[in-house]
Amino acid sequence: MVLELQKPRPIWQIMFSTHHTDVGLLYLIMSIAFLFLGGALALLIRAELFLPGSQLIADSMTFNRIFTVHGTTLIFLFLLPSASAVGNYFVPIMVRYKDMAYPKLNAIAFWMIPPGGALIWLGFADFTWYATPPYSIISAPGPAADMWIFGLKILGISSVLGAINFVVTILKCKHPDMSIGQVPLLAWSFLSSSLIVLVAIPTFAAALLMLLTDRLGVTGFFNPAMGGDPIAYAHLFWFTFHPEVYVLVIPAIGMMYEIIPRFSRRPIFSKGSGIFAFVLLSIVGFSSWAHHMYATGMTFTEKTVFMIGTLAAVPASGMHVFNFIATMWNSRIKFATPMMWAIGGIALFFSAGAGGVANAAMPLDFTTHDTYWVVGHFHLFVMGTIAFGTIGYIYYMFPYVTGRLYNETMGKVHFVLSFIGTILVFFTQHVLGLYGMPRRIFDYPAIPEWIAMNQIATVGAMIIGVSMVIFLINLIHSSAKGKPADIHDPFNLGGQYYYPFESKNPHH
Amino acid sequence: MAGHSTWPEWIYVGVIVALMFWVGAEAWNVERLVEHVPADAEVIKVTGAQWYWQFEHEDGTKEVGTLHVEAGKAYKFEIHSIDVNHSFNIHDYVVLMDAIPGRVNTVWFAPDKAGEHDIQCREYCGLIHYNMRGKLVVEEPST
Repeated sequence: MVLELQKPRPIWQIMFSTHHTDVGLLYLIMSIAFLFLGGALALLIRAELFLPGSQLIADSMTFNRIFTVHGTTLIFLFLLPSASAVGNYFVPIMVRYKDMAYPKLNAIAFWMIPPGGALIWLGFADFTWYATPPYSIISAPGPAADMWIFGLKILGISSVLGAINFVVTILKCKHPDMSIGQVPLLAWSFLSSSLIVLVAIPTFAAALLMLLTDRLGVTGFFNPAMGGDPIAYAHLFWFTFHPEVYVLVIPAIGMMYEIIPRFSRRPIFSKGSGIFAFVLLSIVGFSSWAHHMYATGMTFTEKTVFMIGTLAAVPASGMHVFNFIATMWNSRIKFATPMMWAIGGIALFFSAGAGGVANAAMPLDFTTHDTYWVVGHFHLFVMGTIAFGTIGYIYYMFPYVTGRLYNETMGKVHFVLSFIGTILVFFTQHVLGLYGMPRRIFDYPAIPEWIAMNQIATVGAMIIGVSMVIFLINLIHSSAKGKPADIHDPFNLGGQYYYPFESKNPHH
Repeated sequence: MAGHSTWPEWIYVGVIVALMFWVGAEAWNVERLVEHVPADAEVIKVTGAQWYWQFEHEDGTKEVGTLHVEAGKAYKFEIHSIDVNHSFNIHDYVVLMDAIPGRVNTVWFAPDKAGEHDIQCREYCGLIHYNMRGKLVVEEPST
């Protein structure tokens, strides 16, 4: 029996292990640590914006550094690694293989993240997570900017190595008796998102090098003073990072595909359409990158093409939502904590998607672009959908990892507070955007509507902060002192827990 | 799940596709009309710089920070930047266009009545981005 925390091992045995569950555990702990670091920065931002004028933060340079590191941290050091944590734990088991295809590569991919994260945090750059040129070339102070570039470079390589590992594990190491159609949807989600990573990331890797040599003054790819064009960077960046949205959201949907049928006590409505929608989304995800760039002076035809590419992603996302609702329809749902997170995540996924349709429609985009509407919109994805799915799944896998039960009441309180907080912050920010408040501003004029909505958002953010402290206490306390779980059916669903501990791969 | 019908899902997908067609067609049509610049639009050159806006009218008059225009006339902004990216924004009139060094972007508008509106920068441009603000003053027609 290999239950990680019930059978204590020295920490270095876990740290230097290449076993997939150990690497998964490392990913999980590190990503939760960065969730709290990045979240603390979010609370600082919200506290600063509670009123016009300077509150907590002395100057705009510090503020700009804070939101840059906030975004970079939560995308690259929380969302991506937390998905890798789940994938490491469950993909080998789901395809019935003893480990990841390349265990050492897997450990290397993990261990590249802490140095990358350290570079980002020690540098504390100020040029936004988009590293906007020519600002990042001619104006951003070094060495912070250079450290950010190297940090992202390392994290990008780590993503590519992880993605190669998932693709090979799923396609080449799955049990010979298992057809690709029998691979569970969660593993399918990792297959789709890993393939996107392999196609998308190299573009940004190139852009980062060009940005670095531009900063060194030896090239001028994105520097107009040397004949370059900042818009070229925008294309390279969004060609990677629009699909990256799907890299983040697809595993979270995959996690919901595990949770929802289990707690509805019924098989998924249509596995075929789930697989179809994953594959479709990972292809059409590449046809919409320049919808981030309508206001850069694109021609009418270009905008039309990218609007169509963006709207094409909607039916695939809608198919997932339909699948979830049809599975839950008339079923005996048990509203345990993981299920509540998954359902909340679906509701917010729908809201985020609806807002996205408004952004994609060309004339409306000129109202919403670069305002708080956009901040609210993508946070409904990253927080409302991806983090909700992931946190639900962390509760779901908790008995499997620790052999203990988390505290159900605290889990539910965590959900309710987070759900209310998320709506208060990010729905309000949509409206704030319609009132015209730009993103990334340290201070704002005393317009009454702006003040009111910033205050609602700040209160919401504090509520989320409190709920996350409850989460942390629950995790730490329950993993040491929680009730021992009935490992065959920890959630009392009247069937078999999908992953009995016997299915764990022995250490080797 | 084998043995049950999935036709409701296909109807649902059909409805979404139809909705997206409608959104796309409407957006296409509105944008086409919005982008049609009137032939008599007066040109105003807009220059974004860290961290202020400068305007140059057709008759050569220059203004910094505050822009004066007349109600009932059409204006075409030719927007560029001398340092980093900015975004020229009059939110009340849904005027938004990036100011990018090395490029000239255009956008037009026609103020309909006298009043004052905020001009702001909507693309991150560094230290004083938050206060790169200006004023649009729409005056009564002179003739």
